[in-house]
Amino acid sequence: MPTVLFTRALERFLPAPSTVVDGATVDAALAAVFATQPALRGYVLDDQGALRRHVAVYVNGRLVSDRTGLTDPVGPRDEIYVFQALSGG
Amino acid sequence: MADRLHVATRKGLFELARGHGTWEVAEVQFLGDPVSAVLADADGTVYAALDLGHFGAKLWRRDPAGTWQELAAPAFPPKPADAGDDPHSWSLGKIWVLEAGGVARRLWAGTMPGGLFRSDDGGQSWPLNDALWHMPERRRWAGVAGGEQPGIASVLVDPRNPADVRIGVSTAGVWASTDEGLSWRNINRGMYAEYMPPELREEPIAQDVHRLARCDAFPEIVWCQHHNGVFRSEDAGATWHELTAIRPSKFGFAVAAHPRDPDTAWFVPAVKDERRIPVDGKVVVARTRDGGRSFEILRKGLPQHHAYDLVWRHALAIDASGERLAFGSTSGGLWIAEDGGDSWTMPEARLPPIAAVRFATS
Repeated sequence: MPTVLFTRALERFLPAPSTVVDGATVDAALAAVFATQPALRGYVLDDQGALRRHVAVYVNGRLVSDRTGLTDPVGPRDEIYVFQALSGG
Repeated sequence: MADRLHVATRKGLFELARGHGTWEVAEVQFLGDPVSAVLADADGTVYAALDLGHFGAKLWRRDPAGTWQELAAPAFPPKPADAGDDPHSWSLGKIWVLEAGGVARRLWAGTMPGGLFRSDDGGQSWPLNDALWHMPERRRWAGVAGGEQPGIASVLVDPRNPADVRIGVSTAGVWASTDEGLSWRNINRGMYAEYMPPELREEPIAQDVHRLARCDAFPEIVWCQHHNGVFRSEDAGATWHELTAIRPSKFGFAVAAHPRDPDTAWFVPAVKDERRIPVDGKVVVARTRDGGRSFEILRKGLPQHHAYDLVWRHALAIDASGERLAFGSTSGGLWIAEDGGDSWTMPEARLPPIAAVRFATS
């Protein structure tokens, strides 16, 4: 099962531990995390369920291509990193 | 008079307390995070809206015992398929203003991209005001400050009747509901927009209403700092007349209304509009005590040499006594007056850029 890991910057606001979840897409994996930690959803996704503009998600070091539908596939041993996108100075 | 002042800044929420005649920072919360709005409710609860660069708009509440808790922020419903041509986002950008609703536990939140939200449970849940959002005219609302998204900067609740609500929008004029938000009308007449072509100059929806302020004791009296002038209404925002006596300039963002005297209000003018700085590098407050027929320039205690402080829409506040005022600037300047604005002092602090100031109500 894939692992979802969150930037430690989130810890200032709410718990965001690394979580092993079921899911064959980024969307499914994140949804599994948010099912147990609903408050985390609004930090990562906007009101329409797309990635926030300044949030970046990588699967095994590769930036996801579908920021709106989050359809990028994930394998059972993949690691999904949720980071702040680099912005500002 | 209020002895506590909340200051929302680019880098945290600062609470100042008055003791022995001076104001000092007593508490700091959300240090390092942008705070876009703050509300001190009459029951002692404090609400703070964060505008996190990466993680979006958030809402926090401090109960009267002093414990902070995050609340679910207002959120837009799923965008329907037939709304694909809506020029505005269906995702919360920023909470721009929070106001008490005149009913226990009721709050209003004005936001970018122009959504109005109401909570009837002390901020726990925030349904979108569908009636306003689904008006066809809403798609003609224009962006603010170079952005593409409109914003609701003012929410005025009639102190005699909480069902009567007026909002000021940048840029869409003044909108009124007399049925708790079930229906809305664009009501403003008498304003003009220098930034529009001649045929659209007086269109009510084209008016960039930077900020509205109402006299609590005479709620029909409403003042407006508009993008290109200051205006006053004697019928709760329906018809407006320009106050051409304003000086040193007619551009600015903030306005404060005296809570009991319908003829007294304060503005903080700046050079309009392409160069948004104080006139001649001097920070001044303009006060009228005769309904806008004349203005005094108040400068005692304010920087008068090479000062380039700009004061945003929500960064000028008055307390319930009408004597204490405070304003904060884009340069982090914070000035407080205890004599209706005759003289100002600066607390011992160099603050981050200030978005909003608000006196405690209790």
